[in-house]
Amino acid sequence: MSLATKGKITNVQELMALSKKVRGSILQMLTKSGSGHTGGSLSAADIAVAIYFSKMNYNADNPSMPERDRFIMSKGHAAPLVYAIMAEAGYFHTDTMNTLRTIESPLQGHPCCQKLPGIEVSTGSLGQGLSVANGMALGLRLDKNPARVFCIMGDGEIQEGQVWEAAMTSAHYGIDSLCAVVDCNGLQIDGPVEKVMNINPVGDKWRAFGWHVIEIDGHDMQQILSALDEAEKTKGKPTAIIANTTKGKGVSFFENKVEYHGVTPSEEQLVKALEEINNG
Amino acid sequence: MGERPGTEQIDETTDASGVKKPKATRDAYGDTLLELGKEREDIVTLDADLSGSTKTAKFAKAFPDRFFNIGIAEQDMVGTAAGLALTGKVPFASTFAVFETGRAWDQIRLTVCYSNTNVKLVATHSGITVGEDGASHQALEDVALMRALPNMTVIVPSDAAETSLAIRAVADFLGPVYVRLGRAKVPYVMPDNYEFKIGKAHVFSTGKDANIIANGLMVDMAVRAAEMLKLEGIDCGVINMSTVKPLDEVALLAAAKASKILVTAEEHSIIGGLGSAVCEFISEHSPMPVKRVGVLDTFGCSGDPDELLKFHGLTAENIATTVRNAL
Repeated sequence: MSLATKGKITNVQELMALSKKVRGSILQMLTKSGSGHTGGSLSAADIAVAIYFSKMNYNADNPSMPERDRFIMSKGHAAPLVYAIMAEAGYFHTDTMNTLRTIESPLQGHPCCQKLPGIEVSTGSLGQGLSVANGMALGLRLDKNPARVFCIMGDGEIQEGQVWEAAMTSAHYGIDSLCAVVDCNGLQIDGPVEKVMNINPVGDKWRAFGWHVIEIDGHDMQQILSALDEAEKTKGKPTAIIANTTKGKGVSFFENKVEYHGVTPSEEQLVKALEEINNG
Repeated sequence: MGERPGTEQIDETTDASGVKKPKATRDAYGDTLLELGKEREDIVTLDADLSGSTKTAKFAKAFPDRFFNIGIAEQDMVGTAAGLALTGKVPFASTFAVFETGRAWDQIRLTVCYSNTNVKLVATHSGITVGEDGASHQALEDVALMRALPNMTVIVPSDAAETSLAIRAVADFLGPVYVRLGRAKVPYVMPDNYEFKIGKAHVFSTGKDANIIANGLMVDMAVRAAEMLKLEGIDCGVINMSTVKPLDEVALLAAAKASKILVTAEEHSIIGGLGSAVCEFISEHSPMPVKRVGVLDTFGCSGDPDELLKFHGLTAENIATTVRNAL
């Protein structure tokens, strides 16, 4: 039975088991493709798994179902994470993951909504997802559709000015159906975020922009679930979950290593990495 | 007149000799958008703090719940429009052409064209007839920027009546569209019975010596240039190529086969706009001399719109001279 028909999962142990499975799929997918983004896919895995499987109303057999909740991976380089979750949810056969980043594949290097039903909008050029999320939420509001909108951004990504344009719009229009997550793994391609272009204090920035802010450990499933509940109950303003995470989470030799932003595991590393994840 | 959709709100005010007074294409847009808002619930409008100038303010006043002022944030405006389109709305997003296409180009590329969302980008204040505000505000590259994007349709209406018809066609069309409008009042040039169709050029006449391919406010000048040339015994035709992409290749090929030379005329840089589009097609399918009238590879400057048109050679006289010299 696919998870699409199984309903929402709120059991912490069950969600953590799904996170492990999703991390394994990410690593296998990336090893096979030989290119792609390892660190940022692993850092956001627990949050994305919790959003999809504990909160979202979706239908893998009917991806354009009007009452579905919307999910946007604004940091599009975490595409392998999205694909691993969608495979688990039943949007496509798990074998499709082996085609990542190949010419005819629906699994493009960055998510493409024209090639993969279930991807709401194409991403990859950073900083754009939140604007689209706002537009969706405003459209749903006009239709009196209670569907919610989730948007995951990276901490490096919020250096893009458009993010703050969108942050103003969300608050200005009081978009409380929107829950944004900033995956704060502390690293970007050229080094530590605070060294490349400091974004701190992150929470204060979102608060100053009129958002309800919840700061959590982005790998503590109980904290993630509580934050998602709080976001849903918060009315009149959008919610930003500032999730402190570890880049490469789950694999000791990838964790906090900036060089594994866009480098994939070797075959030998994969064996060891899967071992660590399964025993972790 | 009056019964045909899209024509009811055209300013029919005429001068003493019975000729309709000039009207800005942006004014026709504002009027038609308001009418569409009354007819269709799915039409929504966005602006970036220029609704008074782009004329979306009329829609905003009538339908405040369906109007979203995003402030001075064009990139966010385009992304928000894409999101609205993804929930089944038909968003019209407007600001000045230079900001709409330049400031938000990557957003248009990713969330409108690559995502193939049903967003209508209707920009005003294109070209040098923006006038006194000067080069920073005069978009001369916008058609080039939009034409290069896959999935994008690009329309440059010639007068207020064609604008109304085009906006209605765009609202019915599924997919990304860029419509280029102007600030200045322009004379009516299209015939009363004209029917606008996306991708279909209007052939005023076909010349045996030359044919002028024009769009926007240059269509009126092209018609006048052809009249001047006729007095000199030069048989020159005129085509209004209001859809730059997709180009009406059938009409273009017919004009090419009929005459010795082609001349293009546009209120845009000669790089990347209508002139380039015509040259690209003609060089591959019917090689022949093509001369381009437009703004040369330079920025505009402040000045009275009519004086600026003369300064840049965007006149009936210069089109006629270009035809003469080429023959």
